[in-house]
Amino acid sequence: MSEWLENHLPKVVLAPSFIAVLIFVYGFIGWTAWVSLTRSKLLPKYEIKGFIQYERLFDSPRWDTAINNLYVFGALFIVIAMVLGLLLAILLDQKIRAEGAIRTIYLYPMALSMIVTGTAWKWILNPGLGIESMVQGWGFPNFEFDWLVNPDYAIYTIVMAAIWQSSGFVMALFLAGLRSVDGEIIKAAQVDGIPTWRIYTAIIIPSMAPIFLSAFIVLAHLAIKSFDLVIALTGGGPGYATDLPATYMYAMAFSRGDIGQAASSAMIMMLVVFAIVVPYLYSELRAKND
Amino acid sequence: MTDISMPQTQTRTQSGTGKIALRWLLYVLLGLFALYYLMPLFVMVTTSLKSLEEIRTGSLISLPREVSFDAWKTAWSGACTGIQCEGLRPYFWNSVLIAVPAVAISTLLGALNGYVVAQWRFKGANIIFSLMLFGCFIPFQVVLLPMARLLGMMGIAGTIPGLIFVHVIYGLGFTTLFFRNYYVTIPAELTKAARVDGAGFLRIFWSIFLPLSLPIVVVTVIWQFTQIWNDFLFGVSFSQAGTQPVTVALNNIVNSTTGVKEYNVDMAAAIIAGLPTLLVYVVAGKYFIRGLTAGSVKG
Repeated sequence: MSEWLENHLPKVVLAPSFIAVLIFVYGFIGWTAWVSLTRSKLLPKYEIKGFIQYERLFDSPRWDTAINNLYVFGALFIVIAMVLGLLLAILLDQKIRAEGAIRTIYLYPMALSMIVTGTAWKWILNPGLGIESMVQGWGFPNFEFDWLVNPDYAIYTIVMAAIWQSSGFVMALFLAGLRSVDGEIIKAAQVDGIPTWRIYTAIIIPSMAPIFLSAFIVLAHLAIKSFDLVIALTGGGPGYATDLPATYMYAMAFSRGDIGQAASSAMIMMLVVFAIVVPYLYSELRAKND
Repeated sequence: MTDISMPQTQTRTQSGTGKIALRWLLYVLLGLFALYYLMPLFVMVTTSLKSLEEIRTGSLISLPREVSFDAWKTAWSGACTGIQCEGLRPYFWNSVLIAVPAVAISTLLGALNGYVVAQWRFKGANIIFSLMLFGCFIPFQVVLLPMARLLGMMGIAGTIPGLIFVHVIYGLGFTTLFFRNYYVTIPAELTKAARVDGAGFLRIFWSIFLPLSLPIVVVTVIWQFTQIWNDFLFGVSFSQAGTQPVTVALNNIVNSTTGVKEYNVDMAAAIIAGLPTLLVYVVAGKYFIRGLTAGSVKG
């Protein structure tokens, strides 16, 4: 008995976690997928009715807004955070004095909760007493900056706060990438008199393709899951102008009592994440096993 | 700056003055970006130290004329989160009560799992690891509904043990990943030699692997603590009045509609809610960054 246990101990140790993941990740995904095919409203029903929830979802103007917002937010957030992160990394890579301190400053927002970030930016961007009134006080009485409460522009305030929070992290990723480029090649290029910006555009940046991919995956993932920041900054408003899929799902699940809609919107979110993450994970795991 | 007349021995392409001007520009740019990142924190701190009167009449970025800690006192023990007006204090402790056990349990399980997956490979271990790893990436919305029902059936809906349970379950993927990636770098010969000497599975873990694990334990603990402390989605979905974590309480204070809007209290509350993770970051930033990048850059 004890010998059997000793031989199988590794499996016995891993089993509870594995079973937990099977049930609470895969089983739960299955449950949500099932319920998304039913007419569940306040309580779940288990009789499959086809894709009516998805039809309702795609007919819903609110979901339409959420998806459009995800496009706008996701594209701007990913592109700007990557450009800014790369720029900061290159600036910091020039043998800077006090590099450690500057890096610490650029990255600290990543340690904060999105709720804290959202609260701070909500105050900074509020039209009555924030940036708007500050600039007006500088002698520009006609200055207007009401994006936070303007349905057409509120989504951009979320982009602003999200970039503030995450761009330092992208910088850290790129900086690690810059440092891992073979120093000999760079030295040889410098000896040949190739200007620094050419060294970056022709040698260093192309060799960092995997880091770009990693940064993209992480940022896309953050964008799709964005929830806290919207809740803290705009609460999804004005109206539902800044709804994202995550806030739509939450509203359906916990305030509207529409479990069918909540389940189907969650499934769409997961499919989007799947489409981005699965090819990446697959190639990563394959590369590791080779 | 120009590229003309470059001596081959020189590694830089700029002339003397051009080079100095560029360096200046570089530092000015870096300084401006530092201001950009620090500005919100600065505004939070100064606003929290002002009186409401001064907030209404002064400018966003002006220093407080009179420093007052009243807003901090209110935020800690008097601000209203809906009908209750006990400040952040009880919710701060809720977060501590949730985070400490959840971090400890998920780290311990992650260490054991990582040890198995990295050093005791059996058939199917890789598939199991891949399946667990994938669990890190799901949007949690997809498990919210069934989890809410399950917690209800288990009788721990809206309780702190319920939240600990949820955080442990969905933290396992990452903690396992961290330890696995750390333990694969330890040569398998070490385990083999120890087995020849008669040491068993747990003995090897306890006397060989655990003593080597301090750096990765620190990385994992910091990662898990930051994740759990900053969590909002699980907190708002699976808590009830009295068991909310600090992030949920902060959001309630900021959005509570009773009475005058006290921006200074909001800011003080936000700083209090952010302080623990900020402190961890300042004290152990190196490990924090390692955790952040471990999940994304090949570990």
